[in-house]
Amino acid sequence: MPAAETLVVLPWYLAGPLIGLFVPVLLLVGNRMFGVSGNLRHVCAAVLPARADFFRYDWRRTGGWNLAFAAGVLLGGALMALITPEGSRITLSPAAVTSFEALGIRDVTGLVPRELFSWEALLTLRGALLMIGGGLLIGFGTAYAGGCTSGHAISGLADFQLPSLVAVIGFFAGGLIGTWVLLPLLLGVGA
Amino acid sequence: MNASMTETRRAAHAPVAVPDSEPARSSAAGLLVYLGLGTLFGSLLVKAEVVSWFRIQEMFRFQSPHMYLTIVSAIATAAISLQVIRWRGLRTMQGGPIVLPPKVMGSGTRYWAGGTLFGLGWALVGACPAPLFALFGTGISVFGVIIASALVGTWLYGVIRPRLPH
Repeated sequence: MPAAETLVVLPWYLAGPLIGLFVPVLLLVGNRMFGVSGNLRHVCAAVLPARADFFRYDWRRTGGWNLAFAAGVLLGGALMALITPEGSRITLSPAAVTSFEALGIRDVTGLVPRELFSWEALLTLRGALLMIGGGLLIGFGTAYAGGCTSGHAISGLADFQLPSLVAVIGFFAGGLIGTWVLLPLLLGVGA
Repeated sequence: MNASMTETRRAAHAPVAVPDSEPARSSAAGLLVYLGLGTLFGSLLVKAEVVSWFRIQEMFRFQSPHMYLTIVSAIATAAISLQVIRWRGLRTMQGGPIVLPPKVMGSGTRYWAGGTLFGLGWALVGACPAPLFALFGTGISVFGVIIASALVGTWLYGVIRPRLPH
């Protein structure tokens, strides 16, 4: 049923403002600053707390709400998977599809390229570098920068915080290097 | 024990500041509210396609305005909402004050260096932290490995933090 699927995909002019509304809603519900990467720190604090000052705080009190929020995000993904037909694809620009083909990615259905993100791929060097290396960079980088796309790009920029602008410029610089240099290198197709 | 005493005591025991300006609502009901909001947010991320690796790559390749329009309209909505909250002097549902703690610039190193490292990972994995959880939720089980790696990355940062420039 392609028609039904089209109905539930949100256009950007609804999705963007709805995402932005989480900032005032979380403030009004309990004076919480919208952000997600703090959860990585909370889990570390809960599991291996005593090794570093960075993890010595009351994670239940500070991060309880955030961990509940993250559990919800996971649940939301699960609910949406139930109503999304298998093999559905998003409407990508033809230029993007051509770029992906040049990278050796032919299957553009689903949310992530199956050729790169699977348990089989994890057993290859490039897959391990991509997934484990990428995860390490995300965890280290967000902790160092003190926030991710939600905390800096949305909450911080909306509040006109200069440090967040510096962080977002860094996000983008890293993203461009990752896309134009690292990824082609990893996939072995040259830059 | 008044609030300022609690603050002082907490400050003395917390070497690293963690944003926390509202008394805990760790009751089951309070957590359920955040679980519900998170569920809405996760559903939204999937349906807005912003959890898609392909969309993130399209953005970094300047091949579609989709992500830019989504992010800019999200920031604009949040910014206008914050102005309204300040202008009307709105308070939380429990009547508490709404305070946005300013981020400390310091030397700025942590923001550009940490930001760039995160950006590298964002481009490779095609997901930032919230989409990592959402994608794992949609059943792409190998994302559990990426989340575990991100936890290790955060833990490594915590361990070598004293030796890093901020």
